[in-house]
Amino acid sequence: MESAAPDTSTTLAAREHARAQGVRRAEHQPTVPARDAIGVVDRAGVAIAPERMLWDDVVGPGGESSQVLPRGAVIRFTDVDGDACANLLVYNAAQPLERLNVADTVKVQWRAYLGAGSLLLSDMGRVLLSIVADTSGTHDALCGASNRTRNEEKYGSGAVHGDHPNARDRFAVALAKHGLGRRDIVPNVNLFKGVTVDGEGRLHAQEAEPRPGAYVELRAEMAVLVVVANTPHVLDPRPGYHVTPLRISAWSDRATTRDDPMWAATPEGERAYLQTEELLATTGDRS
Amino acid sequence: MSGTNGSPITVLHDEELEARAPWAHVIEAGCTLRIVDLEGNQALDCIFYNADDPGERYSAPDTIVAQQNIFLVAGSQLLSNEGRPMMTITATECERHDTIGGACSRESNALRYGFHTRHEHACVDNFLLAHSWRGMGKRDMTSNVNWFMNVPVEADGTLGIVDGISAPGLSVELRAHMRVLAVISNCPQINNPCNGFDPTPIRLVISR
Repeated sequence: MESAAPDTSTTLAAREHARAQGVRRAEHQPTVPARDAIGVVDRAGVAIAPERMLWDDVVGPGGESSQVLPRGAVIRFTDVDGDACANLLVYNAAQPLERLNVADTVKVQWRAYLGAGSLLLSDMGRVLLSIVADTSGTHDALCGASNRTRNEEKYGSGAVHGDHPNARDRFAVALAKHGLGRRDIVPNVNLFKGVTVDGEGRLHAQEAEPRPGAYVELRAEMAVLVVVANTPHVLDPRPGYHVTPLRISAWSDRATTRDDPMWAATPEGERAYLQTEELLATTGDRS
Repeated sequence: MSGTNGSPITVLHDEELEARAPWAHVIEAGCTLRIVDLEGNQALDCIFYNADDPGERYSAPDTIVAQQNIFLVAGSQLLSNEGRPMMTITATECERHDTIGGACSRESNALRYGFHTRHEHACVDNFLLAHSWRGMGKRDMTSNVNWFMNVPVEADGTLGIVDGISAPGLSVELRAHMRVLAVISNCPQINNPCNGFDPTPIRLVISR
């Protein structure tokens, strides 16, 4: 415990003081380089070879992170303590005018709910991400994410710099770092928090027991920009701002190929993979 | 003419929009847009923008979350992506309207129906053309309303566009809470029942 104020009276002293902080660890931080990440294993329990690791980050309550990942990357989101909510946006990294379209995602697949086998489709009829594994089972493609107005109504504040950051402003900050802006924020999907629709069209937040360690694995079918905030679901029935850390791990792997059962699981999905393949063929990415 | 509350109505714009066509018009705060499904079961894809700041635009997620229901009905308030009211459905003769089914595009038609539909006209092309008239573009594409379209969600999560519940002459009326730019595609879809497989004209009336 430091008792005396640090000596930062000169540039040299200030430099020494700053550099001495480099060894600290925060509860929520990335591991850089990602190859140093500890405990990343595949679904069979085999450790991911360090050289395959691309991204490892822990996003705390109200936080956000973003990354460009290559085609074939596997991205795993883990609900570490059982109460995370990953507000997820995805873009074609090479041409971010192409982006997630949740309406097409549910309409093309004839299914309102996401799970293993679902494809996250772009507005150009291509596959951005394929959900290859899911131990959570409660996700949402309908309800979007919070904005400042909503959080101010619900929690008393909503600013990014405050105690109840809203997802929309988080998205805006992350996107700005990739040259994008508020016009590029489209309806997102939410992982780990689900809703159902009843026969009268009413929306119901799914009540699920906390499942610490639940994860979702997605496979990048093209180079993607992934933007994720970790903020409470907009239909979270609790009055407080409850959300627990989200871990993101990504490693290099192979995109879906014709011999994968996912390729031809549905005629709509197969055509989406074919339209994706066509783009990659014409732009030279054959990985 | 007079409104439901007896006050006089001034018609500012009255147009029959031909089948398959795009349309864009500014509606001042306090004005009303009435959409008439002239021949019945004609889906109309529609996005509203804050006319003074098009970065603020209609948000299907915000709208359905606020009312905790996916269907747009009489009294539904259409919210922007900033959570502000843009329009209110003041009256509707068609029981409900869709806002989760999105807009048809040539690219998604290819997924849904096959590559033979890739060169068929679609709503997204209409939206993009209408955007091009005002210096807007694909970045301005977002969620939309589908007036007179029927998209149920089954208990097991199956969702789809099914036969419409509208009829000839039914209308929906909206009041603007802010100065909005309304962009509409009179849906040209012929591969599902949203237009009864026969796109038809609609009537658009703006009044004060």
